[in-house]
Amino acid sequence: MGYRLEINGAVHEVDVPAEMPLLWVLRDELGLVGTKYGCGRGLCGACTVHVDGAAQRSCLLRVGSLGKAKIRTIEQIGATEIGARLQRAWLEIDVMQCGYCQAGQIMTACALLSRTSQPSDAEINAAMTGNICRCACYHRIRSAIRTAAGVEEAGHVA
Amino acid sequence: MSPEPRAAGIDRRTVLKASLLAGGGLALDALIPLPFGAAHAAAGEPAVAAELSAFVAIAPDGTVTIMSKNPEIGQGIKTSLPMIVADELDCDWSQVRIAQAEVDQARYGEQYAGGSTATTRDWMPMRQTGAAARAMLVQAAANRLKVDAAELTTGKGRIFHRATGRSLGYGEVASAAASLPPPDPSRVPLKDPAQFSIIGRPTIGVDSHRIVKGEPIFGIDTRLPGMLYAVYEVAPAYGGRLVKADVAAAQRAAGVRHVIPMTGNGDYDSGLADGVAILATNWWLANEARAKLVVEWDLSAAAGHSSSAYRARAEAMIAARPAEDLRVDGDPTRQLAAAVKRVAARYDYPFIAHAPMEPQNCAARYHDGKLEIWAPSQTPQRGLTVLEKALGIGPENIRLHLTRCGGGFGRRLMNDYMVQAAAIARAVPGVPVQLIWSREDDMRRDYYRPGGWHSFEAGIGANGELIAFADHFVTFGDGKTPARAAGYNVAMPPAGLVPHLRYSQSMMPTVVTTGALRAPGSNALAFASQSFLDEVALAAGTDLPALMLTLLGERREVPAPGNGIAFDTGRARDVIEKVLAISGWSTRSAQPGRGRGFAFYFSHRGYFAEVVEASVAGDAVQVHKVWVAGDIGSQIVNPMGAENQVRGAVIDGLAQALAGQAIEFVDGVVQQSNFDSFPLARMPLTPEIEIAWVKSAKPPTGLGEPALPPVIPALANAIFAATGTRVRSLPVRLKAA
Repeated sequence: MGYRLEINGAVHEVDVPAEMPLLWVLRDELGLVGTKYGCGRGLCGACTVHVDGAAQRSCLLRVGSLGKAKIRTIEQIGATEIGARLQRAWLEIDVMQCGYCQAGQIMTACALLSRTSQPSDAEINAAMTGNICRCACYHRIRSAIRTAAGVEEAGHVA
Repeated sequence: MSPEPRAAGIDRRTVLKASLLAGGGLALDALIPLPFGAAHAAAGEPAVAAELSAFVAIAPDGTVTIMSKNPEIGQGIKTSLPMIVADELDCDWSQVRIAQAEVDQARYGEQYAGGSTATTRDWMPMRQTGAAARAMLVQAAANRLKVDAAELTTGKGRIFHRATGRSLGYGEVASAAASLPPPDPSRVPLKDPAQFSIIGRPTIGVDSHRIVKGEPIFGIDTRLPGMLYAVYEVAPAYGGRLVKADVAAAQRAAGVRHVIPMTGNGDYDSGLADGVAILATNWWLANEARAKLVVEWDLSAAAGHSSSAYRARAEAMIAARPAEDLRVDGDPTRQLAAAVKRVAARYDYPFIAHAPMEPQNCAARYHDGKLEIWAPSQTPQRGLTVLEKALGIGPENIRLHLTRCGGGFGRRLMNDYMVQAAAIARAVPGVPVQLIWSREDDMRRDYYRPGGWHSFEAGIGANGELIAFADHFVTFGDGKTPARAAGYNVAMPPAGLVPHLRYSQSMMPTVVTTGALRAPGSNALAFASQSFLDEVALAAGTDLPALMLTLLGERREVPAPGNGIAFDTGRARDVIEKVLAISGWSTRSAQPGRGRGFAFYFSHRGYFAEVVEASVAGDAVQVHKVWVAGDIGSQIVNPMGAENQVRGAVIDGLAQALAGQAIEFVDGVVQQSNFDSFPLARMPLTPEIEIAWVKSAKPPTGLGEPALPPVIPALANAIFAATGTRVRSLPVRLKAA
């Protein structure tokens, strides 16, 4: 089946089965490999993208269900004001170890700050609990979100 | 992570070679000694470009390029080793570019991410290389300025002649330096550590700016023109053999290009099991087509290999006499019998998986007898060895590119996915192939941290002193040799610290593949031994830190048997005293349902003492705070990464205990499959963690592992302090009150 998908502001045409998850359209059809495969079952959050601004697990999103939705991925999240703030905050305290999950972490954090500009720690925990970081950089993820939200000055972590 | 770190190459010398960089500038090759016991030096192909052949290259514009030789798995080595070079070179970090080296043993020596070894092994060669490059630049500047080199100073990539106010940038003299003979690296003057300006400064990871933008840097991001995506279907049970496969339906599935039944080699290391490869234009299409395979497997080899059977066998072995003694000091039998008080307890822990976030994957292209590979591997050089063994393709015909690894934790010490990808690529010559394991594949075909059982006994004397100690360890193996990472550590404390001691062992066979997981051996032995010693301490009327300090005694080095690493009781004492001080141990208050536990462990050359404060409500455990004191030598190369490693290790250990991690088998079939049945730590588990370094006057050592082992027994001991319930089995499963 042919689908027209609006991704990062550009229209892409793909010819794939309706059941194919968006993740594999992004990675293997369009070469947008920033969105990561982690579990394939919506358990880890590595594949998080924005669909009409909401954080969604692209490993569970069938391409046939997307319709005219506007999709944004990690490759263009820096073009949004909140996304750019998060990327800066991530680098300021060097959140990551292996880095594999961080695209998904940033996408989930970005959706959180779009909804709740000044989240409490409990709200951060609740929003981020679906995103696994196997290296467990959770202190810094939380700290970077606070920094990006302006609820705490970036501390000297190390 | 395995094997245990060997002695650093103290008497092995780095050799330097200088050449003119293409386009001008200095290219300095550091030929780092070959690894111990290296059978061959890979001839390799000629380097692709002159500037890539050099370990350190200084371009005419002053840009410094440093090759990162080791795999980056999240441990931060791609940042920290170049920091060491750059500091001795005395350039500005902003001038430095890092390039990932290909695999080339002859040039780079060991390229390895495991055993927390890199800092130990490479600290001195990296310093010497940077210092030698600096010395050559200074000499070139001296020649240019017609002054004595001794009159010149350096800083931030410039050379200064203070007397005349003249200065030159490194780039301006780099080409001239290329024609000078490199100095003897062992004699080149090194900086006084007080003058370090990059080492010890919190530094952002060199790939971080690319990671936050989702740029393609991981193995799984490899894209080659015309590439097909592959899955490899193996038997549901370990040791399963392919009897016959009907692939017609899978062959007809959407996007599928090839379906290839393959015969494995039954080899443990190369992991090339019987299976069916499916290659498609999209990975999801390949994975979907698995459901259309009709395969008959012979699963007889795994019959009876069930967790319940392993447990029953272990209980029988524990009740019987040990099969062999591993270490006997003094007269433990007699002293245990004569003790005023005896304490005995059994401990056990399960198999656990590594589950790095990036599933196993590898891209490969086979053409005209040559193999090109893009692999996220912790041991790429060992990969070359197993490729030759499994496929008969020698290292001279393989070009191996290292990609960033989305986590390692010891899983990527094994190169089974690399061998599989290469075997599949060889079946479709000229077609690039990317093999990706599903999460379920990754969970069910691991080289697991093996489970184990311990039966401890301790004898306490009239004055509350520990006089005798014994452990009967039940593990997996063929009866002669333990399975990979299933061996004991005969230097485990309190060995060498009590006069009468017996460590003994019994083993049972398994078809399951086992291997090193972050702090191998130690991650399990610390839990069992430090939890039991907590019981002993309480029985002796003291507490574990006090018992440990008494056992440690005078500051001295306790030699380890064989070629093991000597244990420095003074360093152990210092981290214990430090963690007691920062946690306020002596003034801790007892509260119902809330308590603190302590543990100490020495692993991978690092000394760590940790205190955990936890509360228990019903069957739920909450960790409030963890205090960590560690000694990994005189320098913390990159405090930014170091602190992250410690926090990660602590949370990793807490998750092993609290998240419910256990891999179980029924007739060789793994029962867990994804993050629902094998949970990892999530953000709400994260406690406050306070870290203090004890900087002893010893050379710096690695940090990927040693912070993990103590946290599990410290947690178990905290749960006991809170509830009076002793955790003697992992994962922690408390009964609801």
